[in-house]
Amino acid sequence: MDEPFEQVVQRHGATVLRVCRAVLGPADADDAWSETFLSALRAWPSLDPAANVQAWLVTIAHRKSIDVLRAAQRRAVPVAELPDAAVTPVGRDLDLWSALARLPDKQRHAVALHHLGGLPYDEVAAALGGTAAAARRAGADGIATLRRTYGTTIDGGDR
Amino acid sequence: MTGIDAPVAQDHLARLHADLVARAARDEVLDVAYRTIDGPLGPLLLAATRAGLVRVAFESQGHDQVLTDLAARISPRVLAAPARLDAVARQLDEYFDGRRRAFDVPVDLQLVGGFRRTVVEHLRDIGYGHTASYAAMAAVAGSPRAVRAVGTACALNPVPVVLPCHRVVRSDGSAGQYAGGAEAKRLLLALEARVGDAA
Repeated sequence: MDEPFEQVVQRHGATVLRVCRAVLGPADADDAWSETFLSALRAWPSLDPAANVQAWLVTIAHRKSIDVLRAAQRRAVPVAELPDAAVTPVGRDLDLWSALARLPDKQRHAVALHHLGGLPYDEVAAALGGTAAAARRAGADGIATLRRTYGTTIDGGDR
Repeated sequence: MTGIDAPVAQDHLARLHADLVARAARDEVLDVAYRTIDGPLGPLLLAATRAGLVRVAFESQGHDQVLTDLAARISPRVLAAPARLDAVARQLDEYFDGRRRAFDVPVDLQLVGGFRRTVVEHLRDIGYGHTASYAAMAAVAGSPRAVRAVGTACALNPVPVVLPCHRVVRSDGSAGQYAGGAEAKRLLLALEARVGDAA
């Protein structure tokens, strides 16, 4: 690719953040966002000019989000009292994040990749394992649950 | 009702962007940093590699086009990263205010080679408030008959204002062409004459 990378950050920054937030919740999403764009910046000059940039970024974002999640799990130690800082300052969206967090992993990831990241289901399947049909079911089930528990406005249809 | 695909706050993205720039610079994967500044010549695009200032461009040259060109010729690892340009931005402000006569910033001339580079490197020899003719520059660059090539070299100077191609004028004393437009050239020459006289 020989497009200035700044244009990539401007065009896809918000989408990547939404994907990271859906997988990780808002508190850890910033780390995954930074790791995603730093890694993409390194690889940018050698990316095939015909590549779908958003799909490429969303796939990296998913991988980096899982890395951050695993690192957080390794760090996690039982504590008697949760510090106040663990409550993220996103107020009105707290219900949404907890609704997302309660989804089974596969559904949450399918919603992140397909509905927020715009990945077609065959690529969602490639990222998550399993078939495209299973990924489609996971995404649809995830959206149905979110509608029920949170009333999200997201378009649950195929795109 | 909020959806999970609701807009992301711009100031949050701006903070993430600033963090990305800092980490990219630390990891040496920020190949071209740029910013724009305002001044009497209109918005100026400033771009720098790790080696130094590599491009100054006028709005009339199309800043998007210039960035695309830098991405193709130097590296597509291009980010809006003001910090690397702080020194040159401050010095340009001082220059436009009449408080500075020479620039003290590293310059990266990788975009220009051969005879054109020789010409551009000799631009520094023309002092503040002075001018030289295209013919005189051709002689200084070692090719007295290459007057037209000097004109081209000045027109393609990658770092105008900082390397003062505006001080190269026609033999009859008229200002001549300028990448930023003839009016911009007259403005810079008038600024330097005014400040030089006042000193």
